[in-house]
Amino acid sequence: MSLGLLLVQGLNGLQFGVLLFLVAAGLTLVFGVMDFINLAHGVQYMLGAYFGASLAAWTGSFWLGLALALPAALVCGLVLEWLVFRHLYERDHLSQVLATFGVILFLNQAVRAIWGSAPLQMPVPALLEGGVTLMPGLQYPVYRIAILAAGLAVAGLLWLLVERTRIGALVRAGATHAPMVAALGVDIRGLFMLVFGFGAMLAGFAGVMAAPILSVDPGMGDTVLILAFVVIVIGGIGSVRGAFIAALLVGVIETLGRSLLPDLLRLVMAASPARQAGAALGSMLVYIAMALILAVRPRGLFPVRG
Amino acid sequence: MAEPLLAVAGLRKRFGGLAVTDDVTFSVAEGGIHAVIGPNGAGKTTLIHQLSGTLRPDAGSIRFGGRELVGMGLARRARLGLARSFQITSVLAGFSALENAALAVQARSGPSFRFFRAAAAERALNDQAMTALEQVGLGARAGVLAGRLSHGEKRQLELAIALAMQPRLLLLDEPLAGAGPEETERLIGILLGLKGTYTILLVEHDMQAVFALADRISVLVYGRVIATDGPEAIRADPAVRAAYLGEDEAA
Amino acid sequence: MRAALILLAALAAAPFLGFGEGYSLTLLARVMILAMAAVSLWLLVGGGGMVSLGHAALLGIGAYAVVVLDDARITDAAVVVPVAMGAAGLFALVTGAVAIRTSGVQFIMITLAFGQMAFFTASSLAAYGGDDGYTLYGRTTVLGQRWLEDRLAFHYLCLGLLALTLFGGHVLLGSRFGRVLRAARENPLRAEAVGFRPYPYQLVAYSIAGAVAGLTGVLLANAAEFVAPSYLAWQRSGDLLFMVILGGLGSLQGAVLGAVAFVLLEEWLGHITEHWRLIFGPLLVLSVLFMKGGLVGMLRRG
Repeated sequence: MSLGLLLVQGLNGLQFGVLLFLVAAGLTLVFGVMDFINLAHGVQYMLGAYFGASLAAWTGSFWLGLALALPAALVCGLVLEWLVFRHLYERDHLSQVLATFGVILFLNQAVRAIWGSAPLQMPVPALLEGGVTLMPGLQYPVYRIAILAAGLAVAGLLWLLVERTRIGALVRAGATHAPMVAALGVDIRGLFMLVFGFGAMLAGFAGVMAAPILSVDPGMGDTVLILAFVVIVIGGIGSVRGAFIAALLVGVIETLGRSLLPDLLRLVMAASPARQAGAALGSMLVYIAMALILAVRPRGLFPVRG
Repeated sequence: MAEPLLAVAGLRKRFGGLAVTDDVTFSVAEGGIHAVIGPNGAGKTTLIHQLSGTLRPDAGSIRFGGRELVGMGLARRARLGLARSFQITSVLAGFSALENAALAVQARSGPSFRFFRAAAAERALNDQAMTALEQVGLGARAGVLAGRLSHGEKRQLELAIALAMQPRLLLLDEPLAGAGPEETERLIGILLGLKGTYTILLVEHDMQAVFALADRISVLVYGRVIATDGPEAIRADPAVRAAYLGEDEAA
Repeated sequence: MRAALILLAALAAAPFLGFGEGYSLTLLARVMILAMAAVSLWLLVGGGGMVSLGHAALLGIGAYAVVVLDDARITDAAVVVPVAMGAAGLFALVTGAVAIRTSGVQFIMITLAFGQMAFFTASSLAAYGGDDGYTLYGRTTVLGQRWLEDRLAFHYLCLGLLALTLFGGHVLLGSRFGRVLRAARENPLRAEAVGFRPYPYQLVAYSIAGAVAGLTGVLLANAAEFVAPSYLAWQRSGDLLFMVILGGLGSLQGAVLGAVAFVLLEEWLGHITEHWRLIFGPLLVLSVLFMKGGLVGMLRRG
């Protein structure tokens, strides 16, 4: 195992973590502000990828695809909010879980019916093709660095929005004292919709960004959803800061675990069992980390509500 | 002199900059009713939480029957014989009145990791539960789902559950809360009936009830105990009159 | 319990009422196995107030126990059943020890995450077919006899175990243990105030439900003579949760009603269109929004 490999996988992990953050941020905000658990949030990520890939193919441009996919994801999110989710805010979490599960079944199948089961491709834009040399003989794709940069930029923007603006103040207040905020005459429904649409768009953005490097297929939202849950549980439900740190942590552990553990185990056992045990252990690592963190801090790293 | 049943010493709890329990010290001797009174915001609820184990004090000690309670949870304290009733009725609405009380009997009658025999058919549990219900005058309503009882009856059941625990100390958190004049009359009657048998720490808002029931009274103001004495002495205490009755002449 | 007893009687008579051929028996076995799984999940959700979204993993662990033993040529129920129940129960104990420290939404998410962990682990087991799954050499034997090869015998085994699970669940909920569990579901603070810390009771209930799910997994593996990681997929946990809610949390038999309704609905829609989930998903949403109390609630209201 070389230093170069470690560097590449570390960067991959951070980049995956940034994508996870974009999905988890919406999830944790929606939960924090509305006390609403939305399993269908992963579907927003999938829809973003599908919209991006097909719109890019249609217009012939990655950038047009991206520019058109974002409003499309937003509209989808708002339609779902209007049609289904707003009827669930007052219901218990069990009902929310089941109803949004139904939405997933529908949308995953709809995607299959429209685009087929085969994975879609989305080309990397010409501007971001090629690689940069990290070390002599070691190239790293520009596009992946662009994802990292874009994700960090959005995270920064989100921080400014939540910490430094009036709307952000309302969101923070809404997370802890929703009835109070409503009593002060703030249109809480409007605030909910805003947060919801924003979260949907963030997830859609992550989907578009991921499309050129991951396979765009009907189940892609579910995997990300569950990891995003792990992220917000570790980070502390409702905390954007916690989600950011936990997302990077989960991204790095997941990526490094899966790629390095088989190699590491080969140091102490034979090649074939090492590969098997490494693969099994690597896929368990994130969840073991979650269990350990929760064993010490049951409410996550940055608990919001007391 | 023998150690008192409950001895609270130097209890403190702060929320942010506000001392809600400020060096509270008092003790409750075996037998009779000891009341804690105080105007709204005096820290009665916070004190109850610390005594029953749902809130951890910042400093101080709570000794009960010779054991230190600080650090123990609600369930441990209950098993040691400290039964609390809730100000906001919290009976199990989906259980019958009898089963509510039987659950409390079960907690002190052998292990509950028993998986086969029907608990509802255990005579020993039901008989004791029934006794507790009868003590508060709910015997005729044993089979009714707790959720269907009237407000006053739920207050009575709340009391019956605590009695079913056969506690060494009954910690009653505003047992008269929300009760109408007639219900209050009945509940006071029930409490008087219990007086000879149980040691009771009564935290109550209703002055009339407190002076009718209590043998000793501690007055809590702004998180501090300003006086502990018999009812007559408390009534006459100028500090109490100034701090408490002066604010709340209607009572 | 009346509706459930009628259903069990109908299932017992079904092979002689024109549902005795292969396809019908396969479908009925699926109904009974899922009903058993739903009953074990009901014990958690309806009995203990623990909304688990990782129940399929427990079934899958039971099924994979069959696989691992089958690969080692151990097929007798005397070994397979205890190993499967023990493995699933142990997994439930360990993951439950973490999950039950939390509650509400966190509990849902954590059980989901542990389920996904089991799913990925199963996918990475190259020796047992990885993603493609594993075909058993044969069904589990009983005392060395290949009785379960007989479809009718398997039908009645499933029925017998379903009845036993239902009865066992009923007894459990009525016991001292079940009483504490139900009290903790309704009001954990009240349970504590009389002296019961809910945690150990919930953890034991979670492990018991896990062991029962493991047993169900053995049946699941035997029904298809095939096991794949998709058995552990989180969507299956969602399906099971839906069965429980569809039937209703008001009574244990709801789980059986829910499972029957679920499988029949799925089967019927599947005949109409390949994209049956396009109809199933919205139906699920509508049933959550408008059908409070589930099927049991509807029956009670008459």
